[in-house]
Amino acid sequence: MKTCVLMAYVPDTASVIKIGGTGNRIGEADIKWIVSPYDEYALEEAIRLKEARSGSVTVITYGPERAQQGLRECLARGADAAVHVRGGEGTFGDALAIARVLAAAIRKVGPFDIVFAGVKGVGSDNSLVGAMVAELLDLPHVASVVKLDVGEGKLEAHREIEGGAEVVGAPLPCVVTAQKGLNEPRYPSLKGIMASKKVAIQGLTPADLGLDEAALAGPDATCRWRALALPPAKAGGTILKGEEDPAAAARELARLLREQAKAI
Amino acid sequence: MAGILVFIEQRNGNLRKASLEALSEAARLGRSAGGPVCAVLVGHGAAAKAAELGRYGAGKVFVADEERLALYSAEGYAAAVRSAVEKCAPSALFMAATALGRDLSGRLAARLGWGCLADVVKVTWEDGAVVATRPVYSSKALATVDGAGKPVVVTLRPNVFPASTGEGTAEVETLPATGGSLRAVVKEILAKEGGELDVAEADVIVSGGRGIKGPENFALIRELASVLGAAVGASRAVVDAGWIDHAHQVGQTGKVVSPSLYIACGISGAIQHLAGMSSSKVIVAINKDPEAPIFKVADYGIVGDLFQVVPPFVEEVKKLKSES
Repeated sequence: MKTCVLMAYVPDTASVIKIGGTGNRIGEADIKWIVSPYDEYALEEAIRLKEARSGSVTVITYGPERAQQGLRECLARGADAAVHVRGGEGTFGDALAIARVLAAAIRKVGPFDIVFAGVKGVGSDNSLVGAMVAELLDLPHVASVVKLDVGEGKLEAHREIEGGAEVVGAPLPCVVTAQKGLNEPRYPSLKGIMASKKVAIQGLTPADLGLDEAALAGPDATCRWRALALPPAKAGGTILKGEEDPAAAARELARLLREQAKAI
Repeated sequence: MAGILVFIEQRNGNLRKASLEALSEAARLGRSAGGPVCAVLVGHGAAAKAAELGRYGAGKVFVADEERLALYSAEGYAAAVRSAVEKCAPSALFMAATALGRDLSGRLAARLGWGCLADVVKVTWEDGAVVATRPVYSSKALATVDGAGKPVVVTLRPNVFPASTGEGTAEVETLPATGGSLRAVVKEILAKEGGELDVAEADVIVSGGRGIKGPENFALIRELASVLGAAVGASRAVVDAGWIDHAHQVGQTGKVVSPSLYIACGISGAIQHLAGMSSSKVIVAINKDPEAPIFKVADYGIVGDLFQVVPPFVEEVKKLKSES
């Protein structure tokens, strides 16, 4: 079983977000970068499949130089190969442009039985790339998967929906996007970290894939971030003291919610 | 303005509220910019509901009513919506950012070669194109985005835009049968234990965090939720501790929600949690630590022991509810 994992290297979820100098991107000065948490579930599932039935796991990312660090981390956790498509400055936030690059990379280094990705990259929060890659490669997809069983030439997955789950069957090859709950990702082992240093990362550019990145970011762009702003700060709330007479505070809170906020 | 097409989602023949919100918003834009608004309804046996979409502002409704579209299929639904797009050539395709809409939008946008503005909370029409605002970095920032001068798919966050009805009946046109095989197929739908209300859909949410001390004390959170007709939410800490299923998690690696009322009990308010709920209309915090970050975003709060505050609060809410 040959699988790949599409990985995004994103700001740590605990980061404080500031607006950058261009006014339409975040300031990157104090940002710590991490493998997007949903991509960790995707990677873990791919590694478990490899362990259960042999094969290989290739991690693919499209991003700037720093994304190499994310690839190393994935190798340390058990991926066998890594592909870095350098670029992504101009196409940031444009899910279709990113999907076009990733689909072209998969065509070049694939084919794969399953293409894994996180349900979304935290940051631009589009939750689009997995399904777009599937469509561009003419593959079926199952998104937001919380349970996966892979059989001979097919899979069955539980897809999270409001109030429950859909049980979806699909033939392989297929694109699967991972939701939290799919598995518990492992930490890299010392042995894995040592071994990962010996793996050569395959470096590519969009041009190597037959794509013109300037066009993707220019005339062929499908989504632009015009501006970025912080949400308006909230005015101070009405905070009651409930240490001494909790019941009185509870009654007062109910009254305020009823009469002032009209929320209950 | 070349018009807006709105994809209408149904489940078991019932139109989803979030889709009616999206249609209402499209109709508002259509009225101000002077463009036609059409809808497309996909499913099996849902055709009966098509004409009533006129009340929400659709001039025309395209219907794909096929047995094989009874349950969701990204490929089948994309084929049906695409044929409606070809018929009315809109400059934007709206849909609700539900589990289905968020799935379908990517597949469809790639099929059309369009961009997608995902999970937007505000939409305007400028110089013949959609300009939208969407929360990014889990609501820690707001991006103003557009479709780079081309048609776009736009998914609208549920519970943000009002659904408004008026008079009107839509003209109904049946779409030709979708072709092509469906590869990923829904075999069955598993409902969650007890048919609990989902945080992504709820108008009121009561959440519990580490301050509730143990999984058994979710009973107290559930009791308050039941009195308010609310969904039960949770912080990441208690989900990771295994006290409650991940489907309840609110925050950056859980659901991003914006209910009318959000009550956080024993949740200190880590930045990842605040990111998931700070756009709620009214936020209430109950926590014994007066320095807890949750109080910075709260509209109302009580500094106190939730085990002593919540029971009398439940009683008082019951009383107020019985008076009305």
